Amino acid sequence: MSAHPDTATSPDEGHYNFAYLDEQTKRMIRRAILKGIAVPGYQVPFASREMPMPYGWGTGGVQVTAAILGADDTLKVIDQGSDDTTNAVSIRGFFEKTAGVETTTRTSEASIIQTRHRIPEALLTEDQVLVYQVPIPEPLRFLEPRETETRKMHALAEYGLMHVKLYEDIARNGHIATTYAYPVEVNDRYVMDPSPTPKFDNPKMHEMAALQLFGAGREKRIYAIPPHTKVKSLDFDDHPFEVQKFEKPCGLCGAENVYLDEVILDDKGGRMFVCSDSDHCEDRRSHGHLGEMAADPAASHLASTGEERA
Amino acid sequence: MYVAVKGGEKAIRNAHKLLAKQRRGRTDVPALTIDQIAEQLAISVARVMGEGSLYDEALAALAIKQSRGDLIEAAFLIRAYRTTLPRFGYSEPLDTANMLVERRISATYKDLPGGQLLGPTFDYTHRLLDFTLAAEGEAPLDAVETAAIDEGPMPRVTDLLSDEGLMETDPLPQEDDVVGDLTREPLSFPADRDLRLQNLARGDEGFLLALAYSSQRGYGRTHPFTGEIRYGAVEVEFFAEELGFAVSLGEIKLTECQMVNQFDGSAKTPPKFTRGYGLVFGQVERKAMAMSMVDRSLRWEELGEECTAPVQDAEFVLSHSDNIQATGFVEHLKLPHYVDFQAELDLVRRMRKEWFAAREKRDEDLGLSETKEQEAAE
Repeated sequence: MSAHPDTATSPDEGHYNFAYLDEQTKRMIRRAILKGIAVPGYQVPFASREMPMPYGWGTGGVQVTAAILGADDTLKVIDQGSDDTTNAVSIRGFFEKTAGVETTTRTSEASIIQTRHRIPEALLTEDQVLVYQVPIPEPLRFLEPRETETRKMHALAEYGLMHVKLYEDIARNGHIATTYAYPVEVNDRYVMDPSPTPKFDNPKMHEMAALQLFGAGREKRIYAIPPHTKVKSLDFDDHPFEVQKFEKPCGLCGAENVYLDEVILDDKGGRMFVCSDSDHCEDRRSHGHLGEMAADPAASHLASTGEERA
Repeated sequence: MYVAVKGGEKAIRNAHKLLAKQRRGRTDVPALTIDQIAEQLAISVARVMGEGSLYDEALAALAIKQSRGDLIEAAFLIRAYRTTLPRFGYSEPLDTANMLVERRISATYKDLPGGQLLGPTFDYTHRLLDFTLAAEGEAPLDAVETAAIDEGPMPRVTDLLSDEGLMETDPLPQEDDVVGDLTREPLSFPADRDLRLQNLARGDEGFLLALAYSSQRGYGRTHPFTGEIRYGAVEVEFFAEELGFAVSLGEIKLTECQMVNQFDGSAKTPPKFTRGYGLVFGQVERKAMAMSMVDRSLRWEELGEECTAPVQDAEFVLSHSDNIQATGFVEHLKLPHYVDFQAELDLVRRMRKEWFAAREKRDEDLGLSETKEQEAAE
């Protein structure tokens, strides 16, 4: 056993390997990740395993994280931008239990950030890896349900169908009616699904310093964007890509140009907008930035930190 | 007041405590034992072993207990456990002709070598609730008279038919043929029959049942006859490299179904019977039958038939048969989606604003706005 210090003893004895997966499986996943990095935006099939959480709840992201996680890593897990969302809590707990790694809610302290539906507001660095949980990796899936066809379309870079779809949106609605999972072109080659992040986050993917890895467990695909890679949201010359704009700043920390969650306060139409990225919001508040609702008792339960609530 | 669905660790812990309590139920009712489940809910156990893809009655019974009888949840527990098991290798092919048969029926022949053996079955029972089972004690079970089973192998009906050349023969496996394994390589299309059968064997009973049923109702008809269903114990052998011969690992109980299908022939193939194959753990006959019908339907291409129905569409069938995948993805809609919903809200608001603005402008252009003002005044 000395050659494999962290290899599993039999599960009968109640032990699992470091970060749950056995070393052979991790190696298989790492190979897929390396291939994904070598061909940015290309969906690499991999032999996704059954994990102890359901498909569609982050098994792809969890497998990628398990494969790249080392004992000295610090892990952050967010869902909807927040560390204390139920599923983020559950996944963080999973790695605390199976890998015993340090976890954090602070974006700047994390070496690996696993995310569902958001990219943190703070700029990520070259020392960080962002792992996305992906439900449907195939950007062409809703245009063409057949895998045999979509793989062909990618191979031939035959993306006309996607442009037609976006054009039809404009013709019908005057807008591109895709607000999240907005397709991007990576490194001038593959059209890629950024996972269901709001299109607000798309520009952050472009030339990002951190490595971006995408894991789709149920669909058995891994893809990647290496650091400092060109990522372009699809658009037209006369209908350039644009992101959502919010009319008000965050009610708690006053941040502008961040993604906000709408929180309904009562049944009389009272609502406020707060940062979706809870760490960003807390960080700003601790530096003295206060929004107009910060002192409002109606918002007090939102202003408390994750730790306090737990 | 609506409270934001951001739950803390405490909420999750408490939810799980509540679940444990609900699972146990009233404490004045004795707890189920694993043996009771394994013995008395054997068909549930078999289903969980099959869809969970791991033959272990005790673990499947435990999973059923833990999941409060939710069989898909139980199969999921088994799958997640199975992932962590070391893999020594692949067994030798099973020889179902040498099955220790407990039940064997054919709907195509009145009598056949080896005989018909009804065995334990719900068939021909009247589905009347047996209230004696609800009473505390059960009536003593009657002694059973069973026919003596012939010693020696029991040839499969499909082997009998192929002697006449009426039945397609199975291609003989080559020594170096690699059997696919979709737990080790992701499924890709087109998928060969080995992978299709593996996928179906792990697939959801209800899904396969509905697909097979659809083929009987005109969506891709295959004219099936039950050539044979057999249920019993089969020895599993493993070739040990160190020893140089195969050793027995033990017995597993299986149901095998060979569905015989009419086939008019095509440009490629003369008229003859073809077949569909079903093999499942335990006595899960419904699934074995459905599996064999779906298997046959998926063979349209090799037999030169037309693909007209969902049951024939390999990408459709194989991509959606796994209930662990299906339940996960359907149920993930319970997870918060407010970031994406926010994006949609924003768009709908913007589109509505434009819609009303456009209508107002149109009304103005048509001179309707004055009328509206008049109406408002009235």
